[in-house]
Amino acid sequence: MNRRLLTVGALLALAVVVAVFPLVFTNPIASQYGVITLIFVIVASAWNLFSGYSGYLSLGHAIFYGTGAYFLAVAAKDWNLTAGAIFWLLPLAGLAAAIIAVPLGLVALRVRRHTFVVITIAFFFIAQLSASNLSVTGGSSGVLVPVPNWDPATYNNPFYYLAALLAAGTLAVSWLIRRSRFGLQLRAIRDDEDRAAGLGVRAMPVKLTALVASAFITGMAGGLWVYFIGQAIPQFVFDPLFDLAVVLMAFFGGLGTIAGPVLGALVLEPTQQYLTSTETNGYQSQILFGVLFLLVILFLPRGVLPTGAEYLARARARLAQRRAAPGGGPASQPATGDAA
Amino acid sequence: MGKEIGQAIAAGILGGGVYALMAAGLTLIFGVLDIINVAQGILVVLGAYLSYALSVHLHIDLFVGLLITVPAMFVLGVLIYWLFIRPLRGAERTSMTLLACFAVALIIEGVLYREFGSGYVSITASYTASSVHILDFYLPDIYLYGFGLAVLAVAALYLILYRTTFGRAVRATMQNPTAARLVGIDVNRVSALTFGIGTAVTAIGGMVYGAISGGFTPNSGYDLISRLLAIVILAGMGSIGGALVAAVFMTTAEALVDIWQPDWAVAVFYLALVIILTVRPAGLFGRSAVRAQ
Amino acid sequence: MSATLRAEGVTRSFGGVQALSDCTLTAAAGRITGLIGPNGSGKTTLFNIMTGYEKAEGGQVYLDDSRITGAPPRRVYALGVGRTFQLTRIFPRLTVLENMLVPAQKGRSGRAHRDHAMELLGFTGIAAHAGALAGTLSYGQRKLLELSYVLVSDPAVVLLDEPAGGVNPSLIHHIADRIRDLNKAGRTFLIVEHNMDFVMGLCDRVTVLDSGSVVASGPPDEIRANPRVLDAYLGTGPGDD
Repeated sequence: MNRRLLTVGALLALAVVVAVFPLVFTNPIASQYGVITLIFVIVASAWNLFSGYSGYLSLGHAIFYGTGAYFLAVAAKDWNLTAGAIFWLLPLAGLAAAIIAVPLGLVALRVRRHTFVVITIAFFFIAQLSASNLSVTGGSSGVLVPVPNWDPATYNNPFYYLAALLAAGTLAVSWLIRRSRFGLQLRAIRDDEDRAAGLGVRAMPVKLTALVASAFITGMAGGLWVYFIGQAIPQFVFDPLFDLAVVLMAFFGGLGTIAGPVLGALVLEPTQQYLTSTETNGYQSQILFGVLFLLVILFLPRGVLPTGAEYLARARARLAQRRAAPGGGPASQPATGDAA
Repeated sequence: MGKEIGQAIAAGILGGGVYALMAAGLTLIFGVLDIINVAQGILVVLGAYLSYALSVHLHIDLFVGLLITVPAMFVLGVLIYWLFIRPLRGAERTSMTLLACFAVALIIEGVLYREFGSGYVSITASYTASSVHILDFYLPDIYLYGFGLAVLAVAALYLILYRTTFGRAVRATMQNPTAARLVGIDVNRVSALTFGIGTAVTAIGGMVYGAISGGFTPNSGYDLISRLLAIVILAGMGSIGGALVAAVFMTTAEALVDIWQPDWAVAVFYLALVIILTVRPAGLFGRSAVRAQ
Repeated sequence: MSATLRAEGVTRSFGGVQALSDCTLTAAAGRITGLIGPNGSGKTTLFNIMTGYEKAEGGQVYLDDSRITGAPPRRVYALGVGRTFQLTRIFPRLTVLENMLVPAQKGRSGRAHRDHAMELLGFTGIAAHAGALAGTLSYGQRKLLELSYVLVSDPAVVLLDEPAGGVNPSLIHHIADRIRDLNKAGRTFLIVEHNMDFVMGLCDRVTVLDSGSVVASGPPDEIRANPRVLDAYLGTGPGDD
C-alpha cells in the first residue's frame, strides 16, 4: 500500500510540474527544451514498449520516426493545410509508420535476436537512402513544412502540451500492456521464445503487434517533431545518433520498466540539447554519449531504476536482519522442494 | 554495352575481394565470439585515416605504412575487447556487446571528426591513378593491388586458422567454448586475439578502401558497415567462404546496376538482403538455425 | 480425459549417426510408462519427435487415432500433450505465478485462470513462492514449477524428461506421489529417467532404448530381469558414457 501511494504521489507531482513548466519558465528556450525532451520521452517509451518487453533490440526505430515525419511534411504541403489543421495529421503520420512496420516486422522478426538488430540497421539505411533519392521526399534537400503564424513568445506551448499529452498516453499504453496477457506473452518471448511458442504463445502475431504499436506512436512523435522544427532533411530525420540516444535512454533508466525510459529521457535529452547548443565542435556530444553508453552498459546494465530498487531492497533486508532477534533461524528456508 | 558490363563485372569482383576481406574479419569475430562487431565499418575508416595521415604527414608509402597500421589496429582491437566486451556478462550479453560495439563506433567516429574534420579526403599515391590495360578493359592499378592484398590477407587468415596451433584453438572455441575450456584453451586469450585479428584486417581494408573510394569522411563508416552487415547476413553468419562469395556477388551486382541507375545501385545491396532473408532466414550458407535463442 | 500417445517405426539420423531406428513405443491411456536407456540411446530425440520439437525421417506419431507426425510444438500442446525439459526451461524474469499464466488456456479467463494456477502451485507445493521471480528458485523448485505449468492446460498426456534428475531424495518422493495422484485421475504419463528406483517404483510399463532401437518393453519386473537390458547398460565400450 505504501509503495502504491508513493507512486501515485510521484506521478501527480510530475504531472503538475510538467503542466506548469512553460508557464513558470516563460523563456521560449525552456519550452523548446521541454518539447524536445517530451518527444524523446514518447519515443523512448515507445521503443521500450517493443524492444524492452520483447527483448528484440531495434536499432532502426528512426525509420518509423522518419516515416511519420516525412508523411506529415509532405501531406501538409500537398494538401495545403495550415496551422491547427496540421495537428490532425498526427494520427495519420502514426498510421503511415505503423503500415511500414508490418512488412518490416514480417521479414525481420523471423530471425535470431542479433540478426534482428543488424537487419534493423540495414533497413534504417535503406530508409535513409530512399529519403535522399526519392522525389516525393524532396531528395537530399528535404521538405519544408508550412509553419503556423503564432506569437513567438508562446509559439512552443501548443507543441509542448500536445507532446505532454502524447507522453501521458504512451505511458498509459505501456502500463496497460504490462498488466495484460499480451504483455505477459511478450515478456515470456523475451525469456525463452521457443518454450513460449511450445506452450501456445503465437510468437509472430504478438511480436508484430508490439512492433506496430511502437511504430505508430513513434511515427506520431516524428510528425510532431517535424512540424515543430519546420523541415524534414534526410540526414537529420534519419539519424543513427537518434537510435543510439533512444536506446541509451531506455537502458539508462531501466530496460523493460515503464518509468525507466522516462527517467532516461528526462536526464539525458536536456543534457544532449545543452551540449549541442554550447559546443563549437559538434562532435563532443557524440563522443560523450558513446562514453556514457559504455559506462551504463558496463556498470549499470539493468539501468538506474532496477539497480536502485535492488540497492534499496538489499539495504532494507540488511536493516531487517539487524533488527531481527539474534539467532532467529533461517526463516527464509522454503517449505518444500529445496534441492540438495 | 558488353564492354561496360565486362568492366563492371571486373571492378565488382576486384572490389568484392576487398569487401570480402573486411567481411571476413566480421565473420571471424562472430564465429568465435558470437558478437556482431558493428564498429567494423568505422574501424575500416579509421584504418583509412591512419594510412592517409602516414602518407600525407610522414610521407610513408601506403604499403609500408601497413607495417605500422596493422599492428596498431590489432592492439586497438585487443584493447576494445578486453576493456569493453570481456566484462559483459549476464542474460543480455549478446545484445549488450552489440550495443557496446555501437557505442565504440560512435566514439571513434566522433574522434575522427575532431581530428580530421568532416571534409572529404582521399588517399593518393603515384600508382592510384594509373590503370592496366588488359583485354580491352581498364583496370585501375590500385584495384589490382587491393585485390591482391585482400587475397593474400585472406590466405593468411586461412593459414592461421588451419595450420597453426592457435588457429586450432580458435576453431575449437568457435565450435564449443565450454569444451575448449575443458581441454585447456584459454578462451579469453583466444577471444582477445581473434578480435585483434578481426580488427587488424580493417587496417588493410581501410588502406585499400581509402585509395579506391575516391574520397571518404568519418561518415563513410555507416555506408561501409551497412554493406558489410548485408554481406555477412546474406552469406549466413559464421561462414568465411560464404562471406567471400556474397561479397563478390553483391559488389558485382551493384556495379552492374550502377551502369543504368547510379543513384539506386547501392539499394541493390539491401534489396538482395531483404529478398534472401524472406526466402531463407538463415542466409545463403548459414550454419545456425532460424530461431535458436 | 485420457489418451494414448504412440510412436511407430520412428527413424532419425544426425549426420552419420543413426539416432533412432524403427522405434515403436506406446504410452497407453491412463498408464505411467517409463523410457530408459543409456546416455545417447535416443530418448530425448524420441521425446522431441513425439512432441514436435524435431522431425522424424521415417515413422509416425499418433495421439489416440489421429496422426500428429510433424505437427509443430504449439499444435501438439494444443492437442493435449505437455512436456518438460531435462534442463529446466522456465521464464526467469517472470514471477512464478506469471510463469503459470503463460500457457494458453481454452475456456478459462482472468480470475479462473489465476485460481487454477494457484491451485496447481499448491498441489506441487510451491504456492508460497508465487510472487517470486522464477529465476530465484532453487533447482528443485524449478522442476516443480515446470511440472506445474505443464499441467495448466489439463493435458491428457504428460511427458516428463528426467523429473528426478539432480533432485534430493525427499523431493523425489514428493514428485512421484504427485505423479501418482495425477495418474489416478486418468492422465497418461511417459517418463524418461535414469533413476531406476524411481522408474521401477512408479511405472506400469517400461520400454528400454539402446543405440536408437527398442530392445525391451514390459512390466518393471520383467525388465529388471532381462539380460539384454543389463547388456545395454553395461555392454560394449566403457559403459555409461
